[in-house]
Amino acid sequence: MSAFRAILAKDLRTELRTLESVPAMALFAATTFVLFRFGLDRTALEGSLAAGVLLATVLFAAILAINRVFVAEREQGGFDVIRLAPVDGTSLFAAKVCVLAIYLLALELIAVPVFAILFAVGAAGLAPLAAVLVLADFGLATVGALVSSIAVNSRARDLIAPLLLLPLLVPVMIAAAGAAEPLLAAGGPAYGEFGQWMAILALYDLVFVAVGYAVYDFLLED
Amino acid sequence: MNMESALEPSTAAGTHRGPEAVIALTGVRRDYGERPVVSDVSIELAAGQTLTVLGPNGAGKTTVLRILATLLRPSAGGVTVLGARLPREAWKARGRIGYLGHQPLLYRELTVRENLGLNARLHGIERPEARIEELIGRAGLARRGGELVRNLSAGMLQRAAICRALLHEPELLLLDEPRSHLDPAAGVIVDELLGPEPGRSRVLVTHAVEAGLAEADQVLLLRADGIVAHAGPAAALSPGDARAVYGGAVR
Repeated sequence: MSAFRAILAKDLRTELRTLESVPAMALFAATTFVLFRFGLDRTALEGSLAAGVLLATVLFAAILAINRVFVAEREQGGFDVIRLAPVDGTSLFAAKVCVLAIYLLALELIAVPVFAILFAVGAAGLAPLAAVLVLADFGLATVGALVSSIAVNSRARDLIAPLLLLPLLVPVMIAAAGAAEPLLAAGGPAYGEFGQWMAILALYDLVFVAVGYAVYDFLLED
Repeated sequence: MNMESALEPSTAAGTHRGPEAVIALTGVRRDYGERPVVSDVSIELAAGQTLTVLGPNGAGKTTVLRILATLLRPSAGGVTVLGARLPREAWKARGRIGYLGHQPLLYRELTVRENLGLNARLHGIERPEARIEELIGRAGLARRGGELVRNLSAGMLQRAAICRALLHEPELLLLDEPRSHLDPAAGVIVDELLGPEPGRSRVLVTHAVEAGLAEADQVLLLRADGIVAHAGPAAALSPGDARAVYGGAVR
């Protein structure tokens, strides 16, 4: 637990000093919303289209952070630091999942209000939408940390990470869009299949957490 | 010892054997792809002793050091470090090894103290502040301890990396050219930090042949093709024989 907290604190301190990830993600999301606004020529969105625009933007913004989350470990020998210490590799995995999830939550604190303003989304659905985003963020962070660990030692890491990530994240997008669509409906939020989609999201997160814990020590070794 | 016998591949004959050996390599080979970097390395080191690894660039010295540090798997052969058979039991040795490699293994956006604090927590050191201050004081970094690592000169960075390697009081020190980037005064400081101590075994990779041999109890001499030219007691190898693997380029 101490190793987990130490790595997490190191990453958050570094991000606060360098502002390398979250500002770039927020800027990317805001720009993408503007492009959607003019590309779709719509001043208001609801239902599946609103859910799709929001979640696709969050997904692509997440890839920016996922590509960078292990850069310091690769360039500055962080993997060796962990392997030389008497700690489980899963401490690194857990810390990176939390770091990515925190980045995504910070992004959404900025991006969701911008989205709501640009597309005239009603405030009533935003509170339950937060629960959807938290579970989706956890899925993005878990799969992102796993895939980034695999891709980071490859010369083509910038290409490999998205190519591996996007197919793996299709279930997250389907479940998150399914849960978010009725929350963003024109007539106000509805909760028909909300619980079912949330359960699928939670199950997906649990499966990839278990996979990460099972394989991560092997990923770290030579 | 004549030149020919010094340059013949040898085994660990004459080295220390027994349960007290902190390092035991038997027929170790490491390949990168199809290419063997080091072949048939066999040597043992007893507790408290120093093994000096000599050889020209590309001979596989760093590869041997990284295998001992549990950071690389051997492609063949047996490796035991501090009683742990590698790579299967690497977890037993980790935390008992101090590794100083080519990379400082410090995060650029953290200060020296923050980096040492992070390493202390990873190694489970409780209340590490006194130990950190002692080390950075001895390394001459007391005034620079609060600076970001990315702002340090190469010599200061090397000193900080030495503090990191020593922080958890390791039983085995693996040192890859520890004096690189250091001025003569810093070299003296570092010699005091990294010198022989009771209960501490050392593996020293260096290009300084005479100095390396002077510190050594055992020597592993590698040729440019990664073949072992000598593996055994330092007393059995003269500086002239050691220099022969450099192709006569070293005086």
